[in-house]
Amino acid sequence: MRYIEPHAHMVSRVTDDYQAMVVAGCAAVCEPAFWAGFDRSSPAGFYDYFCQLTEHEPRRAAKFGLPHYCWLCINPKESEDVSLASEVIAMIPKFLDRKNVLGIGEIGLNKNSRNELKVLEMHVDLAARHNQLILVHTPHLEDKLKGTRLILDVLKADSRIKPERCLIDHVEEHTVKLVLDGGFWGGMTLYPETKCTAARAVDMIEQYGGERLWMNSACDWGVSVPLAIPHAALELRKRGHSATTIDRLIYQNPKRFLSQCPNFKVLEAD
Amino acid sequence: MNRQQLLDLYYLEARSKLIDVAAFLDRLDRADGPADFRLTAFQEALRELQSNAPSRAERVLTALSDPTSEPIPAATTKAACGAWPGKAG
Repeated sequence: MRYIEPHAHMVSRVTDDYQAMVVAGCAAVCEPAFWAGFDRSSPAGFYDYFCQLTEHEPRRAAKFGLPHYCWLCINPKESEDVSLASEVIAMIPKFLDRKNVLGIGEIGLNKNSRNELKVLEMHVDLAARHNQLILVHTPHLEDKLKGTRLILDVLKADSRIKPERCLIDHVEEHTVKLVLDGGFWGGMTLYPETKCTAARAVDMIEQYGGERLWMNSACDWGVSVPLAIPHAALELRKRGHSATTIDRLIYQNPKRFLSQCPNFKVLEAD
Repeated sequence: MNRQQLLDLYYLEARSKLIDVAAFLDRLDRADGPADFRLTAFQEALRELQSNAPSRAERVLTALSDPTSEPIPAATTKAACGAWPGKAG
Protein backbone atom coordinates (compact mmCIF):
# COMPACT_ATOMS: atom_id res chain seq x y z
CA MET A 1 0.00 0.00 0.00
CA ARG A 2 1.14 3.53 -0.78
CA TYR A 3 -0.36 6.79 0.40
CA ILE A 4 0.25 10.52 0.55
CA GLU A 5 -0.20 12.34 3.84
CA PRO A 6 -1.50 15.69 2.58
CA HIS A 7 -1.81 17.40 5.97
CA ALA A 8 0.55 16.76 8.89
CA HIS A 9 2.26 19.16 11.29
CA MET A 10 5.50 17.25 11.51
CA VAL A 11 7.38 19.96 13.40
CA SER A 12 5.25 18.83 16.37
CA ARG A 13 5.94 15.12 15.91
CA VAL A 14 8.82 12.90 16.96
CA THR A 15 11.16 11.28 14.46
CA ASP A 16 9.64 7.86 15.22
CA ASP A 17 6.47 9.09 13.50
CA TYR A 18 8.38 9.66 10.25
CA GLN A 19 9.73 6.13 10.49
CA ALA A 20 6.29 4.63 11.18
CA MET A 21 4.69 6.56 8.31
CA VAL A 22 7.29 5.42 5.80
CA VAL A 23 7.01 1.82 6.99
CA ALA A 24 3.23 2.08 6.48
CA GLY A 25 3.69 3.24 2.86
CA CYS A 26 3.80 7.02 3.03
CA ALA A 27 5.21 8.39 -0.24
CA ALA A 28 5.11 12.12 0.58
CA VAL A 29 4.10 14.34 3.46
CA CYS A 30 2.71 17.88 3.22
CA GLU A 31 2.84 20.33 6.11
CA PRO A 32 0.61 23.40 6.24
CA ALA A 33 1.72 26.35 8.35
CA PHE A 34 0.01 26.12 11.71
CA TRP A 35 -0.47 27.73 15.11
CA ALA A 36 2.27 26.69 17.52
CA GLY A 37 -0.10 26.32 20.47
CA PHE A 38 0.90 29.81 21.60
CA ASP A 39 0.95 33.14 19.75
CA ARG A 40 4.25 34.06 18.16
CA SER A 41 5.35 37.48 19.40
CA SER A 42 6.77 38.96 16.19
CA PRO A 43 7.17 38.48 12.42
CA ALA A 44 10.65 37.15 13.18
CA GLY A 45 9.04 34.15 14.84
CA PHE A 46 7.26 33.38 11.57
CA TYR A 47 10.44 33.89 9.59
CA ASP A 48 12.12 31.21 11.68
CA TYR A 49 9.07 28.94 11.32
CA PHE A 50 9.06 29.32 7.53
CA CYS A 51 12.76 28.43 7.51
CA GLN A 52 11.96 25.38 9.62
CA LEU A 53 9.25 24.33 7.14
CA THR A 54 11.38 24.88 4.04
CA GLU A 55 14.86 23.87 5.26
CA HIS A 56 15.01 21.85 8.46
CA GLU A 57 11.88 19.67 8.23
CA PRO A 58 12.59 18.45 4.66
CA ARG A 59 16.03 17.35 5.86
CA ARG A 60 14.50 15.45 8.79
CA ALA A 61 12.05 13.67 6.46
CA ALA A 62 14.77 12.96 3.89
CA LYS A 63 16.57 10.76 6.41
CA PHE A 64 13.74 8.30 5.78
CA GLY A 65 13.56 8.90 2.04
CA LEU A 66 10.31 10.82 2.48
CA PRO A 67 9.65 13.91 0.32
CA HIS A 68 8.43 16.78 2.52
CA TYR A 69 6.34 19.69 1.20
CA CYS A 70 4.84 22.68 2.95
CA TRP A 71 2.26 25.45 2.72
CA LEU A 72 2.86 28.98 4.04
CA CYS A 73 0.63 31.49 5.81
CA ILE A 74 -0.23 32.98 9.16
CA ASN A 75 -2.77 30.60 10.63
CA PRO A 76 -6.33 31.83 11.32
CA LYS A 77 -5.75 31.36 15.04
CA GLU A 78 -3.24 34.24 14.86
CA SER A 79 -5.25 36.39 12.45
CA GLU A 80 -6.94 38.64 15.00
CA ASP A 81 -3.89 40.92 14.94
CA VAL A 82 -4.21 42.32 11.41
CA SER A 83 -1.03 44.38 11.71
CA LEU A 84 1.07 41.33 12.58
CA ALA A 85 -0.67 39.32 9.86
CA SER A 86 0.12 42.01 7.27
CA GLU A 87 3.81 41.88 8.12
CA VAL A 88 3.88 38.09 7.95
CA ILE A 89 1.99 37.99 4.65
CA ALA A 90 4.43 40.55 3.20
CA MET A 91 7.26 38.17 4.06
CA ILE A 92 5.79 35.08 2.37
CA PRO A 93 6.73 35.90 -1.28
CA LYS A 94 10.42 35.60 -0.31
CA PHE A 95 9.77 31.93 0.44
CA LEU A 96 7.53 31.02 -2.50
CA ASP A 97 10.37 29.98 -4.77
CA ARG A 98 11.66 27.40 -2.31
CA LYS A 99 11.44 23.96 -3.85
CA ASN A 100 9.13 22.31 -1.29
CA VAL A 101 6.48 25.06 -1.17
CA LEU A 102 3.06 24.00 -2.49
CA GLY A 103 1.06 27.18 -1.96
CA ILE A 104 -0.76 29.29 0.61
CA GLY A 105 -2.23 27.47 3.58
CA GLU A 106 -3.74 26.55 5.85
CA ILE A 107 -5.60 29.82 5.68
CA GLY A 108 -9.24 30.28 6.62
CA LEU A 109 -11.19 31.16 9.73
CA ASN A 110 -11.17 30.07 13.36
CA LYS A 111 -13.84 32.02 15.27
CA ASN A 112 -15.34 33.73 12.20
CA SER A 113 -14.35 37.25 13.25
CA ARG A 114 -14.11 40.34 11.08
CA ASN A 115 -10.33 40.50 11.40
CA GLU A 116 -9.95 36.81 10.54
CA LEU A 117 -12.02 37.49 7.44
CA LYS A 118 -9.79 40.45 6.48
CA VAL A 119 -6.68 38.31 6.82
CA LEU A 120 -8.29 35.52 4.81
CA GLU A 121 -8.95 38.00 2.00
CA MET A 122 -5.32 39.16 2.17
CA HIS A 123 -4.13 35.56 1.85
CA VAL A 124 -6.47 34.86 -1.06
CA ASP A 125 -5.16 37.97 -2.81
CA LEU A 126 -1.58 36.82 -2.18
CA ALA A 127 -2.34 33.39 -3.66
CA ALA A 128 -4.03 34.94 -6.69
CA ARG A 129 -1.18 37.39 -7.37
CA HIS A 130 1.40 34.61 -7.21
CA ASN A 131 -0.73 31.90 -8.86
CA GLN A 132 -0.50 29.62 -5.84
CA LEU A 133 -2.63 26.67 -4.77
CA ILE A 134 -4.77 27.30 -1.68
CA LEU A 135 -5.32 25.05 1.33
CA VAL A 136 -8.14 26.20 3.61
CA HIS A 137 -8.73 25.38 7.27
CA THR A 138 -12.39 25.42 8.25
CA PRO A 139 -13.29 26.24 11.87
CA HIS A 140 -13.87 23.78 14.66
CA LEU A 141 -17.11 22.34 15.99
CA GLU A 142 -19.96 24.87 16.32
CA ASP A 143 -18.10 27.41 14.16
CA LYS A 144 -17.53 25.14 11.16
CA LEU A 145 -20.78 25.52 9.23
CA LYS A 146 -20.88 29.30 9.40
CA GLY A 147 -17.14 29.56 8.76
CA THR A 148 -17.28 27.29 5.74
CA ARG A 149 -20.03 29.41 4.21
CA LEU A 150 -18.06 32.64 4.84
CA ILE A 151 -14.89 31.12 3.37
CA LEU A 152 -16.65 29.89 0.25
CA ASP A 153 -18.19 33.34 -0.20
CA VAL A 154 -14.72 34.93 -0.14
CA LEU A 155 -13.27 32.45 -2.63
CA LYS A 156 -16.24 32.66 -5.00
CA ALA A 157 -16.17 36.47 -4.89
CA ASP A 158 -12.61 36.59 -6.28
CA SER A 159 -12.76 35.91 -10.02
CA ARG A 160 -9.03 35.06 -10.07
CA ILE A 161 -9.58 31.99 -7.89
CA LYS A 162 -10.18 28.65 -9.55
CA PRO A 163 -12.10 26.24 -7.27
CA GLU A 164 -10.21 23.22 -8.60
CA ARG A 165 -6.99 24.78 -7.22
CA CYS A 166 -8.44 25.15 -3.69
CA LEU A 167 -8.83 22.43 -1.11
CA ILE A 168 -11.27 23.10 1.73
CA ASP A 169 -10.12 21.00 4.66
CA HIS A 170 -11.83 19.42 7.68
CA VAL A 171 -15.18 18.92 5.94
CA GLU A 172 -17.87 16.98 7.78
CA GLU A 173 -21.35 15.81 6.87
CA HIS A 174 -22.86 19.30 7.15
CA THR A 175 -20.23 21.03 4.97
CA VAL A 176 -19.01 18.49 2.43
CA LYS A 177 -21.79 19.12 -0.08
CA LEU A 178 -21.32 22.91 0.05
CA VAL A 179 -17.65 22.43 -0.79
CA LEU A 180 -18.05 19.89 -3.58
CA ASP A 181 -21.01 21.68 -5.17
CA GLY A 182 -18.81 24.78 -5.41
CA GLY A 183 -16.28 22.86 -7.50
CA PHE A 184 -13.67 22.81 -4.70
CA TRP A 185 -11.75 19.84 -3.33
CA GLY A 186 -12.62 18.64 0.16
CA GLY A 187 -10.35 17.22 2.85
CA MET A 188 -11.57 14.90 5.61
CA THR A 189 -9.50 14.99 8.76
CA LEU A 190 -9.34 11.78 10.75
CA TYR A 191 -9.26 12.66 14.44
CA PRO A 192 -10.02 10.44 17.42
CA GLU A 193 -12.30 12.97 19.15
CA THR A 194 -13.29 15.80 16.84
CA LYS A 195 -13.72 16.21 13.09
CA CYS A 196 -14.19 12.81 11.44
CA THR A 197 -13.77 9.10 12.14
CA ALA A 198 -12.62 6.73 9.42
CA ALA A 199 -16.09 5.17 9.24
CA ARG A 200 -17.70 8.58 8.68
CA ALA A 201 -15.09 9.49 6.07
CA VAL A 202 -15.91 6.30 4.17
CA ASP A 203 -19.62 7.16 4.47
CA MET A 204 -18.96 10.52 2.78
CA ILE A 205 -16.85 8.89 0.09
CA GLU A 206 -19.64 6.42 -0.64
CA GLN A 207 -22.24 9.19 -0.74
CA TYR A 208 -20.28 11.77 -2.75
CA GLY A 209 -18.10 9.60 -4.93
CA GLY A 210 -14.64 10.53 -3.77
CA GLU A 211 -13.70 12.28 -7.00
CA ARG A 212 -12.48 15.45 -5.26
CA LEU A 213 -11.96 14.20 -1.70
CA TRP A 214 -8.87 13.28 0.26
CA MET A 215 -8.21 12.14 3.80
CA ASN A 216 -5.54 13.37 6.18
CA SER A 217 -4.38 12.87 9.75
CA ALA A 218 -3.64 16.56 10.45
CA CYS A 219 -1.42 15.18 13.20
CA ASP A 220 0.00 17.93 15.38
CA TRP A 221 0.80 18.58 19.05
CA GLY A 222 -2.76 17.66 20.09
CA VAL A 223 -4.60 14.35 20.24
CA SER A 224 -4.08 12.96 16.75
CA VAL A 225 -2.87 9.83 14.95
CA PRO A 226 -0.04 10.06 12.39
CA LEU A 227 -1.10 6.71 10.89
CA ALA A 228 -4.76 7.69 10.53
CA ILE A 229 -4.69 7.27 6.73
CA PRO A 230 -3.48 3.65 6.78
CA HIS A 231 -6.16 2.96 9.39
CA ALA A 232 -8.76 4.55 7.10
CA ALA A 233 -7.49 2.32 4.29
CA LEU A 234 -8.26 -0.65 6.52
CA GLU A 235 -11.77 0.74 7.08
CA LEU A 236 -12.22 1.01 3.31
CA ARG A 237 -11.09 -2.57 2.93
CA LYS A 238 -13.54 -3.74 5.63
CA ARG A 239 -16.29 -1.97 3.71
CA GLY A 240 -15.44 -3.96 0.61
CA HIS A 241 -13.59 -1.35 -1.44
CA SER A 242 -11.00 -2.65 -3.89
CA ALA A 243 -7.26 -2.05 -3.71
CA THR A 244 -7.61 0.13 -6.83
CA THR A 245 -10.25 2.31 -5.17
CA ILE A 246 -8.19 2.61 -1.99
CA ASP A 247 -5.13 3.62 -4.02
CA ARG A 248 -7.18 6.24 -5.83
CA LEU A 249 -8.43 7.73 -2.57
CA ILE A 250 -5.25 7.78 -0.50
CA TYR A 251 -2.61 8.22 -3.23
CA GLN A 252 -3.95 9.25 -6.63
CA ASN A 253 -6.41 11.88 -5.39
CA PRO A 254 -3.92 13.90 -3.34
CA LYS A 255 -1.35 13.46 -6.11
CA ARG A 256 -3.80 14.81 -8.68
CA PHE A 257 -4.57 17.92 -6.65
CA LEU A 258 -1.03 18.59 -5.45
CA SER A 259 0.52 18.03 -8.90
CA GLN A 260 -1.10 21.29 -9.95
CA CYS A 261 1.96 22.75 -8.21
CA PRO A 262 5.08 22.03 -10.30
CA ASN A 263 7.12 21.54 -7.12
CA PHE A 264 5.17 18.43 -6.15
CA LYS A 265 6.77 15.20 -7.32
CA VAL A 266 6.56 11.66 -5.98
CA LEU A 267 8.57 8.73 -7.22
CA GLU A 268 6.25 6.31 -9.01
CA ALA A 269 6.77 2.66 -8.14
CA ASP A 270 4.89 1.52 -11.23
CA MET B 1 -22.62 -3.63 1.89
CA ASN B 2 -26.09 -4.79 2.92
CA ARG B 3 -27.72 -4.04 6.28
CA GLN B 4 -26.70 -7.38 7.80
CA GLN B 5 -23.08 -6.80 6.87
CA LEU B 6 -23.13 -3.27 8.26
CA LEU B 7 -24.69 -4.51 11.50
CA ASP B 8 -22.00 -7.16 11.75
CA LEU B 9 -19.32 -4.53 11.22
CA TYR B 10 -20.59 -1.65 13.34
CA TYR B 11 -23.31 -2.77 15.78
CA LEU B 12 -21.12 -3.45 18.80
CA GLU B 13 -19.17 -0.22 18.34
CA ALA B 14 -22.38 1.82 18.01
CA ARG B 15 -23.91 0.01 20.99
CA SER B 16 -20.88 0.90 23.07
CA LYS B 17 -21.10 4.57 22.06
CA LEU B 18 -24.83 4.61 22.81
CA ILE B 19 -24.22 3.29 26.35
CA ASP B 20 -21.44 5.87 26.78
CA VAL B 21 -23.96 8.62 25.97
CA ALA B 22 -26.46 7.14 28.42
CA ALA B 23 -23.81 6.91 31.14
CA PHE B 24 -22.70 10.51 30.43
CA LEU B 25 -26.27 11.75 30.96
CA ASP B 26 -26.62 9.64 34.15
CA ARG B 27 -23.33 11.12 35.42
CA LEU B 28 -24.66 14.62 34.84
CA ASP B 29 -27.88 13.71 36.69
CA ARG B 30 -25.94 12.54 39.72
CA ALA B 31 -23.79 15.68 39.84
CA ASP B 32 -24.70 18.89 41.67
CA GLY B 33 -24.90 22.42 40.30
CA PRO B 34 -26.32 23.97 37.18
CA ALA B 35 -25.62 22.71 33.66
CA ASP B 36 -25.16 25.10 30.75
CA PHE B 37 -26.10 25.59 27.10
CA ARG B 38 -24.03 22.60 26.05
CA LEU B 39 -26.40 20.15 27.72
CA THR B 40 -29.42 21.87 26.20
CA ALA B 41 -27.82 21.66 22.76
CA PHE B 42 -26.87 18.03 23.33
CA GLN B 43 -30.44 17.12 24.26
CA GLU B 44 -31.75 18.95 21.19
CA ALA B 45 -29.29 17.10 18.99
CA LEU B 46 -30.33 13.79 20.53
CA ARG B 47 -33.83 14.38 19.23
CA GLU B 48 -32.43 14.25 15.69
CA LEU B 49 -31.49 10.62 16.35
CA GLN B 50 -35.10 9.72 17.02
CA SER B 51 -36.13 10.75 13.54
CA ASN B 52 -36.29 8.18 10.78
CA ALA B 53 -35.33 10.81 8.22
CA PRO B 54 -31.93 10.36 6.52
CA SER B 55 -28.82 12.51 7.09
CA ARG B 56 -28.89 12.21 10.87
CA ALA B 57 -25.18 13.03 11.16
CA GLU B 58 -25.65 16.19 9.11
CA ARG B 59 -28.68 17.22 11.18
CA VAL B 60 -26.92 16.58 14.51
CA LEU B 61 -23.92 18.64 13.37
CA THR B 62 -26.21 21.42 12.18
CA ALA B 63 -28.13 21.39 15.47
CA LEU B 64 -24.84 21.97 17.31
CA SER B 65 -23.73 24.76 14.94
CA ASP B 66 -23.83 28.55 15.05
CA PRO B 67 -26.79 29.34 12.76
CA THR B 68 -25.87 33.00 12.21
CA SER B 69 -24.21 34.35 9.09
CA GLU B 70 -22.44 37.60 10.06
CA PRO B 71 -18.80 37.63 11.23
CA ILE B 72 -18.43 38.32 14.96
CA PRO B 73 -16.85 41.70 15.90
CA ALA B 74 -13.71 40.12 17.38
CA ALA B 75 -12.37 36.73 18.45
CA THR B 76 -12.04 36.71 22.24
CA THR B 77 -10.93 33.09 22.45
CA LYS B 78 -9.32 30.59 20.09
CA ALA B 79 -11.30 27.61 21.35
CA ALA B 80 -14.59 26.05 20.29
CA CYS B 81 -16.80 24.23 22.80
CA GLY B 82 -19.01 22.08 20.58
CA ALA B 83 -22.30 23.96 20.94
CA TRP B 84 -23.46 27.47 20.13
CA PRO B 85 -23.84 29.63 23.25
CA GLY B 86 -26.28 31.92 21.46
CA LYS B 87 -29.04 29.36 21.90
CA ALA B 88 -28.74 29.74 25.69
CA GLY B 89 -30.51 33.10 25.61
